[in-house]
Amino acid sequence: MTMATEIESKRHANDQGTLRVGPFELSSRLIVGSGRYENATMMKQCLELSGAQCITVAVRRERLHDADGENLLDFIDSEKYILLPNTAGCYCAADAVRVARMGREILRALGNPGADWVKLECLGDSKTLLPDPVATLEATQKLVDDGFHVLCYTSDDPVTARRLKAAGAAAVMPAGSPIGSGQGILNPNNLRIILEYLKDEDPGYPVIVDAGVGTASDVAQAMELGVDGVLLNTAIAHARDPFMMAQAMKHATKAGRQAYLAGRIPKRLYATASSPQEGVITTHPYPRGK
Amino acid sequence: MVVHVNGEAVELSEAVTLTQLLEQLGITTGHVAVELNLEIIPFEKHSECILAEGDKLEVVTLVGGG
Repeated sequence: MTMATEIESKRHANDQGTLRVGPFELSSRLIVGSGRYENATMMKQCLELSGAQCITVAVRRERLHDADGENLLDFIDSEKYILLPNTAGCYCAADAVRVARMGREILRALGNPGADWVKLECLGDSKTLLPDPVATLEATQKLVDDGFHVLCYTSDDPVTARRLKAAGAAAVMPAGSPIGSGQGILNPNNLRIILEYLKDEDPGYPVIVDAGVGTASDVAQAMELGVDGVLLNTAIAHARDPFMMAQAMKHATKAGRQAYLAGRIPKRLYATASSPQEGVITTHPYPRGK
Repeated sequence: MVVHVNGEAVELSEAVTLTQLLEQLGITTGHVAVELNLEIIPFEKHSECILAEGDKLEVVTLVGGG
């Protein structure tokens, strides 16, 4: 490595770039959810510790006759974070479109820049929370027509991923494993194929692993594969120490990205000595090569 | 007059605007979206929107989610 390229490399190691999705540019490649925390104060601190700039939120009926009830927005600074509303709990395209529009209206009233994007979830099964690919595709087309930047939660099927991109999705977000399962990345080869298909001649197209992450090494593994970001929720919210896990996830995202940019060594069957063979003073017990 | 808010019947003594209904229900208007008979009423139009007998409203807000 020449001096110039070495300096360049060091610069890149510190500057891992931003996560770009449609018109949005996020300072962190980690997107975190705001659900399943023991309490709102803990959530607020964990969001802060994760270093994320984008927070996912869900749209639900307002509780009536509960004027003193806490609202999520009392704990999330709308000036600081870009909110990403989801369509969680929708099982058909029509419901997903309806919920997405309601989310857009709330964020518009708040003046939050996240009004025009949505994390599309169109589920096909309540036990696995796997997406319904047909309904997801249909909803993507409708939402794109309606001016949304659609981030599609999908399975790790490369063919579906390609169809969603073709339908105009701003980002495709394959699950590592089922939502909240903590099983990590079950099929890294499918993610490799998705990355190859979606980034061919379009290297900036964002692919984000959404769901299934259990711990920091899962995040690092996803990032090392070359995905642009990771979206997670339960892995922090239900960790024994959510505060510490939020920081671990932040570091893992950066470490994984840096390792991806740095380029891992190939795996080999046999060892290659790190110390030189020349000049060793010891004797070798076996003939050379054995 | 009865309107339905989030699946619940709400009795109103007189015709009110959407803004007045939300006030009556103690709902912070800046944090919600309102759908009237499946059509979103933009927050700027709440004060002009007069409710009628049998109207079905959905009032939603943001909650924690992944």
